[in-house]
Amino acid sequence: MSFPWAKPYEPKHPFMRWMDERLPLPRLVWNSVGGGYPVPRNLNHFWNFGVLAGVALTIQIVTGIVLAMHYAPAGELAFESVEHIMRNVNQGWLIRYAHANGASFFFIVTYIHIFRGLYYGSYKAPREMVWLLGLVIFLLMMATAFMGYVLPWGQMSFWGAKVITGLFGAIPLIGEPIQVWLLGGFAPDNAALNRFFSLHYLLPFVIAGVVILHIWALHIPGSGNPTGVDVKSPQDTVPFHPYYTAKDGFGLGLFLIAFAIMLFFLPNYLGHADNYIPANPLATPAHIVPEWYFWPFYAILRAFTVDFILPAKLWGVLAMFASILLLFFLPWLDRSPVRSGSYRPRFKQFFWILVIDVLILGYCGGAPAEEPYVMISQVATIYYFAHFLIILPILSATEKTLPLPASISESVLHGETAEAAPAKAARKSRARSAPAE
Amino acid sequence: MVRLIGALIGLGFILVLAVSLITGAVGFLREPPTETIEHKFHKHAKDVAFSFDGPFGKFDRQQLQRGFQVYKEVCAACHGLNLVAFRNLADLGYEEPEIKAIAEQWQIEVPDINPDTGEATTRKAIPADRFPEPYANEVAARAANNNAMPPDLSLIVKARHDGAAYIYSLLTGYQNPPANLPPEARPGQGLYYNPYFPNLNLAMPPPITADGQVTYADGTPATRDQMAKDVAAFLTWTAEPNLESRHRTGIAVLIFLIIATVLAYMAYQNVWAGRKH
Repeated sequence: MSFPWAKPYEPKHPFMRWMDERLPLPRLVWNSVGGGYPVPRNLNHFWNFGVLAGVALTIQIVTGIVLAMHYAPAGELAFESVEHIMRNVNQGWLIRYAHANGASFFFIVTYIHIFRGLYYGSYKAPREMVWLLGLVIFLLMMATAFMGYVLPWGQMSFWGAKVITGLFGAIPLIGEPIQVWLLGGFAPDNAALNRFFSLHYLLPFVIAGVVILHIWALHIPGSGNPTGVDVKSPQDTVPFHPYYTAKDGFGLGLFLIAFAIMLFFLPNYLGHADNYIPANPLATPAHIVPEWYFWPFYAILRAFTVDFILPAKLWGVLAMFASILLLFFLPWLDRSPVRSGSYRPRFKQFFWILVIDVLILGYCGGAPAEEPYVMISQVATIYYFAHFLIILPILSATEKTLPLPASISESVLHGETAEAAPAKAARKSRARSAPAE
Repeated sequence: MVRLIGALIGLGFILVLAVSLITGAVGFLREPPTETIEHKFHKHAKDVAFSFDGPFGKFDRQQLQRGFQVYKEVCAACHGLNLVAFRNLADLGYEEPEIKAIAEQWQIEVPDINPDTGEATTRKAIPADRFPEPYANEVAARAANNNAMPPDLSLIVKARHDGAAYIYSLLTGYQNPPANLPPEARPGQGLYYNPYFPNLNLAMPPPITADGQVTYADGTPATRDQMAKDVAAFLTWTAEPNLESRHRTGIAVLIFLIIATVLAYMAYQNVWAGRKH
């Protein structure tokens, strides 16, 4: 693991030495997020978002475990038990609002993390496995979030569950039996609510497991960086601690401020008012919409309006799943040897079109299924598929890229050899690398 | 190979989308969608300021008590408040004996069983009880209200877009249907026109009909506007009783986080001092 100049773990305290000989847990921490993990020195603030996603997962697990102590997963009780948490449990409102808004913030930081990967080519060799595991986490997150939204058993919970499980009904022949099997009945009811609660409690720990694999896979080649150039010498890196722990600490502060503003002052802004109405199978809400983080995919689902060979609904379901599954093939669709979008002028333009395109899809997914939103989402969906499946492969073969810097340190220092007032760690690393210069 | 298959799949989706788009566009041009009646006549909630707006917002206890009086004398006949207990009225500034009296004098009694015979009976409410339901069940509620179901009001402010402003607008928004309203959208038997209600006609008769309908204990002139505003404030409290501690905690948490973030920024600058990156 890691580079030859990574500082080995040297326990100072006798207890740590004793511990290290028996269970090298301190060594593991040192090598993964401590002074023993050399990281490119030029990471910008977009590299904060991986850590932030980990913090968001932790917030969800901690608040979720407390909520589960007071929540009752039964159709007759669920809605009222959530209100019991809001009204009678000490600080219950804080825990529940933190969990509900925490889900949104988990998705915000994860989306930024994914788009950072798309821009800087983080999915390319040798980090394909990091990307693939990340997508597995993303899929697990979506399943967890969907089931979590069902638990308060409000109107949107019930009808969201009905619509989403209804998607499986679009599959020919086996679709409806699958839907009945998933729900444990013909419509969402106690059976569905209980299994969703069980899985909603299980999946976050599965996510935590895949996160460990994601970080493990990352530590084999080490972190990427904004230039996309490989690390070549000790000058290119700084130890994770204290450099990136300090930088992540600042990023975490900003994240928590944004989170606190939503949690304490706009706690219901990202939710839907209808979910404060208890689930009623006999009254369909005027507009059934999922949570905001699913809107782009919901827009893709609804963009298919014409039965063409296959039923429109089946096309929508296929396209929605394809829109995520195609990301698994991204490392092999984009074969450009240049990783970073900063050195790919054409790619950069298409990347920003994609960002705007997904935002438009998100807006249309939250809007009612009326014109002009349907036509706009059709155009946006065309671009989404064209971007990944047609533009990127052609671009990576034909594009003229800009010259890459010789090394990370060159791109940072611009030929200067001396740095002003180096920190202690910097002095050491320069002393070691002096013969190479 | 991956790229070839990918391109074929991509082209397939794009073809189907193009067919959908062209079909939709042709339909759009041939028959441009007409504005629905609801869309044309529905109004967004009025702009109204409440004491609990904004990050420093607090409830006005006097207003909550007035709003509770409006609920008690006007709304409670049809609308329940089943998530709120009499004891919660302490938040409004009522003393314990007052709460006891309110519970005991509540016009609807609490279902109970006779301790000797086990037969169903009713008793006077006590502070630990939640507000009793005005109807025994949904069928009774619908039978008494022209087949409409008066919703429980505990969470109504959070269950409607624009919350308190919507409640206020709805209560003050009853009017005669405009002359240009198409006949099919005119209120039918037992319905009332109100442009703030999403489908324009609702089954609830105007509940606040005249100034002075309620005689406020604190002497505030009970105009229709005042009563609507007070009850909207009261229902905000029933929906979000912890609003004040949420705001207070939020301010404290933000002050802490801003200081911590400034320190984290300084630590970050200090660690990276002299390191170009």
